[in-house]
Amino acid sequence: MGEKKLMKGNEAFAEAAIRAGCDAYFGYPITPQSEVMEYLAAQRPHLRTGMVLLQAESEIAAINMVYGAAGTGKKVMTSSSSPGISLKQEGISYLAGSQLPCLILNVMRGGPGLGTIQPSQSDYFQATKGGGHGDYRMIVLAPASVQEMADFVRLGFELAFKYRNPVIMLSDGIIGQMMEKVELFDQMPRLTEFDQQWATTGKTTDRERNVITSLDLDPARHERHNLKLQEKYRKMSENEVRFESIECNDAEYLFVAYGSSARICQKSVKIARARGIRAGLIRPITLFPFPSEEIDRMAGKLKGILTVELSAGQMIEDVRLAVEGKVKVALHSRMGGMVPSPEEVFDALLKSFSI
Amino acid sequence: MEARNIKLEEIIRDENLVYTKTSLMTDKPLSFCPGCGHGVAHRVIMEVVDEMGIQADTIGVAPVGCSVLAYEFMNIDMQQASHGRAPAVATGIKRCWPDKYVFTYQGDGDLAAIGTAETIHACNRGENMAIFFVNNGIYGMTGGQMAPTTLPGMRSSTTPYGRDVALMGNPLKITELVAMLPGTCFVARHTVHTPLAVRKFKKAVRMAFENQKLNKGLSFIEIVSNCNSGWKMTPVQANKWMEENMLPYFPPGDIKVNGEMVSKTAKSE
Repeated sequence: MGEKKLMKGNEAFAEAAIRAGCDAYFGYPITPQSEVMEYLAAQRPHLRTGMVLLQAESEIAAINMVYGAAGTGKKVMTSSSSPGISLKQEGISYLAGSQLPCLILNVMRGGPGLGTIQPSQSDYFQATKGGGHGDYRMIVLAPASVQEMADFVRLGFELAFKYRNPVIMLSDGIIGQMMEKVELFDQMPRLTEFDQQWATTGKTTDRERNVITSLDLDPARHERHNLKLQEKYRKMSENEVRFESIECNDAEYLFVAYGSSARICQKSVKIARARGIRAGLIRPITLFPFPSEEIDRMAGKLKGILTVELSAGQMIEDVRLAVEGKVKVALHSRMGGMVPSPEEVFDALLKSFSI
Repeated sequence: MEARNIKLEEIIRDENLVYTKTSLMTDKPLSFCPGCGHGVAHRVIMEVVDEMGIQADTIGVAPVGCSVLAYEFMNIDMQQASHGRAPAVATGIKRCWPDKYVFTYQGDGDLAAIGTAETIHACNRGENMAIFFVNNGIYGMTGGQMAPTTLPGMRSSTTPYGRDVALMGNPLKITELVAMLPGTCFVARHTVHTPLAVRKFKKAVRMAFENQKLNKGLSFIEIVSNCNSGWKMTPVQANKWMEENMLPYFPPGDIKVNGEMVSKTAKSE
């Protein structure tokens, strides 16, 4: 199987993009994800696979290049970090409204505003609840390792094309910058042949013209379009929930955390277990759709849930919705680029539930 | 009264045929105001695509504004773009389909205000595509507000006392501006308000597509047009006003051909 390498998360993402047969990447530099485009540029993907690499004049231009390229039916992607992702929101709304597949990486940094270049998880609402204007959803994948930074590129493209919808990888400055061993999947072919009947490939006489648009001035038709989108999001919720459970079988206390916070909580579970406290961890891998059912299923047996987030508490709202008051849900939050230690998280568990 | 007795079949005969609908225009009736230049510009571009036999290889991009409905009328594959971003969208398409013909069809507010950055950078990169830029000095679709190309003193719904250049700046000659960029190959300004002007415009459109075939870089054609509804004039008044006021400020003619500046006015500016 795959080649093993020591890589940064951002580099693993970029290498995986080439290997996943990505046709085009459009981006704009921003810390802490600039390694993505730098790595791609150094690899000369045009020579390796024929992949297009273009540095745009802005985040806005980059996402609109993605929109144009995605309309041709090809595998396309962009990456950025929080302020840049904010700039892309209009374009993402157009991508969702026009039902175009693409992969977007957000290596989150602290906000609001220019905030900080340090890691954060404060774009959870933006990624999972819509972000741009209008009723839309994206599948949100939350990598917690350099390995997943690579693997989720392939998975992300699969899901994007399965649902003809943008997929976002919600990573953060820690996962993007840290180095770990990664096993890379083998080179996959680019989409040289494809059956994207909807794409702008040039109108031939044997078919109607293909128009990529999110505009419809007829209210009844536009409502039907919206209902169709909602049906798609319902199918995503039904089929695409992914999570990891660690030490959950006999757990009395549950950590819920994703991405880098989940890595910290993994250690906190061990500390708790060593102290005789039966703690477990649910790590949502998809943030939309959220593993609500699994958390709800466990809720009856639990004495408390602690969500751990590098934000003021965003995912906690989905956890509370999932358990509907069956069990107390507390929050341990750090912001501004501060990261809790496993011991600090363990202490928070003790304090939150007076253990 | 006799005319009523003539049957349709007697009129529709080959020898009576002086004009037909361009085959690459859809059957949908144009929704533009009577006397507006958009319909003619649409038709000419589609005529050239038809004559070159490149329907299956052409993708158009229509952004926000009156141009947004172009995909209802042009019988080719098209992508709608968000306001101002057509050159970026077209870049994405062209980079993925380098052998296809790609063009944008944009208005002045779209291209020269909200989309200035995308316009300049697509031109500067020399994206091998065509930009058709309809300049009527006003935001037509939103109801006649001031555009970047609104003339000094010209009234609009957001400049009801006329454009005061001390407060609002001067009209932007973005066509002259992009002509200075090395990435543009062909830059010209046309009108479509007389048969002669339409013929000249058509030649330019043909050149824009031929340039793409030869990978020569970006072709940029401005079409100075009227917005008789927005200007609150009849179509005839609007064209006269356009000739007397718009054309001195935005003079028609080639500015850059085959990468060489040819317009003296552009040089002196």
